[in-house]
Amino acid sequence: MNIFSWLNAQLLKMEWLWNLVRLLVEKVFGLSMESKVGGSIHFFIYDTIKIFILLSVLIFIISYIQSYFPPERTKKILGKFKGIKGNIFGALLGTVTPFCSCSSIPIFIGFTSAGLPLGVTFSFLISSPLVDLASFLLLASFFGAKIATAYVVVGLILAVVGGTIIDKLGMEKYIEGYVWGVQNVDIEAGKMTKEERISFAKEQVQDIVKRVWIYILIGVGIGAAIHNWIPQPIIEKIVGQDNPFAVLLATIVGIPIYADIFGTIPIAEALIAKGVGLGTVLSFMMGVTALSLPSIIMLSQVVKPKLLALFIFIVTTGIIIIGYAFNIFSYIFV
Amino acid sequence: MEIKILGTGCSKCDKLEKNIEIALKELNINANIIKVENLAEIVSYGVMSTPGLVIDGEVKAIGKVPNVKDLKKMLK
Repeated sequence: MNIFSWLNAQLLKMEWLWNLVRLLVEKVFGLSMESKVGGSIHFFIYDTIKIFILLSVLIFIISYIQSYFPPERTKKILGKFKGIKGNIFGALLGTVTPFCSCSSIPIFIGFTSAGLPLGVTFSFLISSPLVDLASFLLLASFFGAKIATAYVVVGLILAVVGGTIIDKLGMEKYIEGYVWGVQNVDIEAGKMTKEERISFAKEQVQDIVKRVWIYILIGVGIGAAIHNWIPQPIIEKIVGQDNPFAVLLATIVGIPIYADIFGTIPIAEALIAKGVGLGTVLSFMMGVTALSLPSIIMLSQVVKPKLLALFIFIVTTGIIIIGYAFNIFSYIFV
Repeated sequence: MEIKILGTGCSKCDKLEKNIEIALKELNINANIIKVENLAEIVSYGVMSTPGLVIDGEVKAIGKVPNVKDLKKMLK
């Protein structure tokens, strides 16, 4: 075994933790790992601890990097690019800009008033919740580097293509009027010291853990239920490979849900273990992270219904296409 | 002195307000604290990450809650 696969197994997959929790379940609780109760308790404890460790470490690292790219700076950088390049950089900067759905509206107003093309703003808004370094490492930990890379690449393509389509359709007239009245002001984002970046990263970890812990527990709970209690044939019938509507269903169920990738991972993990198609699972995860009821309601403050509907339609269609494509080509990944 | 807190009622905005009140008290300064919750107005300061802190028309902090010590420096 080379050093890299050892590091991957212990640090990212946390095999030590898996074994530790198995000891706990078998020796302390006296339950067999093969039993339903033992298996789901192991799943619940192991996944919860693993996700919280990964969440804290990853958010800390990513926030430190993100402290170099506040939206005020991203806006200035994006102003330099024209055409499709703008969309590509919009999607890429979406992955490193600190972003919670609460700041999507100020960002939308700020970008638009700075004269950024609408498509670039949407490329940014699609990629921002969908793809970031944390989700890449998390996916790599659970499903391996290949699937993680594929998720990031198709996520970025969705952001670029979605933004470009919105651009080409000339939807500017469907932005709420007051947005145009806002004057563009560029401010210096202010230099941060190393200590400030570290404390920013710490705060981000605290904020995010506080915000998402409940979704993680719910996600792990659902995952444990799927993993050990719901019989395989039922799951196969609903979202299995033989149901042609599986991807459609997974996407539509995922969209209104507000959670982030940390909450969806345990569900995805359990579904894949039950033989559900990779594309179906990816569609579900993308539906949950890219769109949610709260973010749609917030966007409706700045765009008129027609543009909002187009945005939802493009993202939904994109996710469904990605899902079917992955199901067809999944043999590459497994 | 006029102090504006830019933010849409997030918990961090409340924390910023509390820190400012403490800093003002310690410095013995009287100032007017105004909360700006209108998004268009917030963005017109160039601020997109809240909370933002504006002292006498100048943006002093964005997207973070400075501690009392730092706030005292800004307020002097």
